[in-house]
Amino acid sequence: MQLDVAVRKQQGSFQFSAEFSLTGKRIGLFGPSGSGKSTLMHLLAGLLKPDSGSIRLDDRVLFDSQAKINLPPEKRRVGVVFQHAHLFPHMSVRRNLLYGWRRTPEQERYIQPEAIIEVLHLHPLLDRGVNLLSGGERQRVALGRTLLTCPRLILMDEPLTGLDEELKFQIMPYLNTVFSQFDIPLLFISHSLMEMRLMTEQVLVVDQGEVRRQMATEELAQSAWAAPRQGYVNLLRLADPRPQGDLWSYQWGEARLVLTEYAESQDNIFELDSREILLFKRHPEATSARNLLPCKVGKMFTVGNRVRVELQCGSQQLIVQIVPESMRELELVEGKDVVAVIKASVFRRLL
Amino acid sequence: MSLLQPSDLDAILLSFKVASTATLLSTPLGIGVAYLLVHTRIPGKSIIEGIVNLPLVLPPVVIGYLLLVLFGRRGWIGAWLMQYNIQVIFTLTGAIIASAVVGFPLLVRSIRLGMESVDPSYRRVARTLGASRWDAFFTVTLPLSGRAVFAGMTLMFARSLGEFGATIILAGNIPGVTQTIPLAIYEYTSAPGGDRMALSLCLVSILLSFAVLLASGAASKTLDRK
Repeated sequence: MQLDVAVRKQQGSFQFSAEFSLTGKRIGLFGPSGSGKSTLMHLLAGLLKPDSGSIRLDDRVLFDSQAKINLPPEKRRVGVVFQHAHLFPHMSVRRNLLYGWRRTPEQERYIQPEAIIEVLHLHPLLDRGVNLLSGGERQRVALGRTLLTCPRLILMDEPLTGLDEELKFQIMPYLNTVFSQFDIPLLFISHSLMEMRLMTEQVLVVDQGEVRRQMATEELAQSAWAAPRQGYVNLLRLADPRPQGDLWSYQWGEARLVLTEYAESQDNIFELDSREILLFKRHPEATSARNLLPCKVGKMFTVGNRVRVELQCGSQQLIVQIVPESMRELELVEGKDVVAVIKASVFRRLL
Repeated sequence: MSLLQPSDLDAILLSFKVASTATLLSTPLGIGVAYLLVHTRIPGKSIIEGIVNLPLVLPPVVIGYLLLVLFGRRGWIGAWLMQYNIQVIFTLTGAIIASAVVGFPLLVRSIRLGMESVDPSYRRVARTLGASRWDAFFTVTLPLSGRAVFAGMTLMFARSLGEFGATIILAGNIPGVTQTIPLAIYEYTSAPGGDRMALSLCLVSILLSFAVLLASGAASKTLDRK
């Protein structure tokens, strides 16, 4: 997807302006509430008209103030999943799902209802009224409804914000499956860094009505570390769980990690707090921790009384937070070999 | 002696005819006006609103007289209609027009409140799902204000059943043609010895109004369940 935007919009005393050019599949729009994320989303979807500028999606001009082009929302083929699902309360789940599909020209329908119903597990809900659905079910139906309009771009406005932690991580696999299976570009709006890291590859940082920066999501996560009291959480992709005694071992790059937690699926994402990792100069003889990983020290940054150390463990990277005194005692320098020690119980499964 | 005269049955039937025709004909227009007032930004909106609401505060007799001036043989509309040989005054059409004008503000008011209470997000969602402005109105906003439309229709129907002042001036009090229940009661009370007859028609009127209330309550409950 190629998205070129240069717009201005004055709303009361709030001034919004954005100028960026994006190429990619999964893009995040990150910023605190009131920063203008929703304004940008409404401008892209055609629900708000910019005062001036232009919006171009791939080869289509959606808005151009000079050429006097302003495609109405129904002609833009930009899907929106709102924070509150806003399912039509006077229709069944099935009619909600098909509302947009019926209004999509036949030659554009590259997604079939059966496929969506299957992927989002909507079969048991089809004939229900929407008022009896749980929060997670509502979001799934709303997502399916938007997907079935076969859009060229989907905007998701904080779709997980109203849901509790557990539900969030139940919905995210659906999102990941859907977006990789149907190959639809996504613009994901959120103020949660963790959601950004799990859903997107690139982010636009919005603040005070302006798009400030554009960077890789991982870069954003690492730069957020410099702010006081912000820790860094490693996200590890662990595969192939196998029993090992009364624990479980998972493949991580070339190494196997031992965890207390079991996951049913083959591919999982676990979080590991950078403060939970210990560093040793040499391989300790015996320890209660189950994971001893030989690593090479990479770049190091010091902020106040915290040091962030990048470790290279084979092909994988790990970030560890220690205090400056430990750094001096361990005589850490770039390229030095160390052993990272991690307990089996400190991993927490996300997806 | 039976409780009701054959002419009373005529009056009851006529009342139904007038009230339901006035309500059914006004509903699409009421929806249209409510849409204008809620969803558009046209100049002079408050003037339109004022005109629509005027019959609510004007004495019905005044409305009847104004309609008479308008629809009379030499009135603006009346003269024009005469070219097509259509007469309004002293006919059933006149009774229907009088009821429609008097009940219209109640209808618009109710529909308007209903439309305003529909969350605009639903409309926006419909637009992003590929519905045009009109499509979204007819498939989302209107069904979601369905209860209010129905409530307005009930109110207007009940108001039309009771309409007296405007009707007697525009349509007169002709038994079997324009004499509805209130007009028949009026005639009985002004004739000597008609009290009994007037009372029995009053009873009918009470029963009818009560039935309308019950029906509207039951219908809004089923709409609720949907």
